[in-house]
Amino acid sequence: MPKGNGEVLNTVRLEFLSLPENVGLARVAVAALAAQADITLSELEEIKVAVSEAVANAIIHGYGGEPRGWVRVTVNRLQDGLEIIVEDDGKGIPDIAQAMQPAYSTDPERMGLGFAFMQSFMDELEVTSEEGRGTRVVMRKKLNPSVTTA
Amino acid sequence: MQVFFSQEGSALIARVKGEVDLSTADRLRQELESSLEHARAHILCLDLEGVSFMDSSGLGVILGRYRRISQTGGKVVICRPQPQIRRLLDLAGLSKIMDIVEEEPQEYLRKAGKE
Ligand SMILES: Nc1ncnc2c1ncn2[C@@H]1O[C@H](COP(=O)(O)OP(=O)(O)OP(=O)(O)O)[C@@H](O)[C@H]1O
Ligand SMILES: [Mg+2]
Repeated sequence: MPKGNGEVLNTVRLEFLSLPENVGLARVAVAALAAQADITLSELEEIKVAVSEAVANAIIHGYGGEPRGWVRVTVNRLQDGLEIIVEDDGKGIPDIAQAMQPAYSTDPERMGLGFAFMQSFMDELEVTSEEGRGTRVVMRKKLNPSVTTA
Repeated sequence: MQVFFSQEGSALIARVKGEVDLSTADRLRQELESSLEHARAHILCLDLEGVSFMDSSGLGVILGRYRRISQTGGKVVICRPQPQIRRLLDLAGLSKIMDIVEEEPQEYLRKAGKE
């Protein structure tokens, strides 16, 4: 059950193979659920970037680009915001604090900005990981409370 | 994602359209590399007006081209990014090392030529 405040109004769960084309799919699905809330266009753009970063990380780093791993995305639309969970069963992160530092990357071709974007565009970011078992990224963003029309 | 190339003197203009993320960044990199090689350009104008989405995978491609082209004294100019992409360029620090302009590429090059 989601840890954020407020009642869960809707939940969407997606599970897909670690293929690059699924980054766009996850982004569109999360954006569609987010759009059910009272949300600005710029908040929607921020959520799309955060989802892309977390899912891309699972595919490239978690599974090393191999297309045979599962990535799970759970989105909880809460009374007062959105909670997005991205999980992989990949190789894990040995040092989370180091990995989350802006400009840190284990790939010389990359800028090391993914976590920095998740951090700036969402209100909360929690990363848990176990080497050889996988990584779980939980992101929350406060949105205007939904008015429930009875 | 699509890229349309044209050449204007020593400048290579690349008009990018669509979404740049993990699924399209490699292709963008390859297309830019082969056109740069072919055109022997000193200036790369990346017209981002038609880009509706970009994430760190796309920014990595831009930085990579910047590094390569500045080794030979050239430069990268980014034209007309959408506001949300402009914000990413700022956060990534790319606006400190590259010109980001609101003109379309030809207009920018015309003005730059007069100076
Ligand atoms: N799901 C994951 N599994 C294993 N390692 C990860 C995962 N996510 C991130 N990492 C590690 O954390 C580092 C930092 O991630 P971050 O997204 O900030 O940068 P990046 O992916 O390397 O570059 P960019 O996001 O700019 O393309 C990665 O280089 C990688 O080593
Ligand atoms: Mg990343």
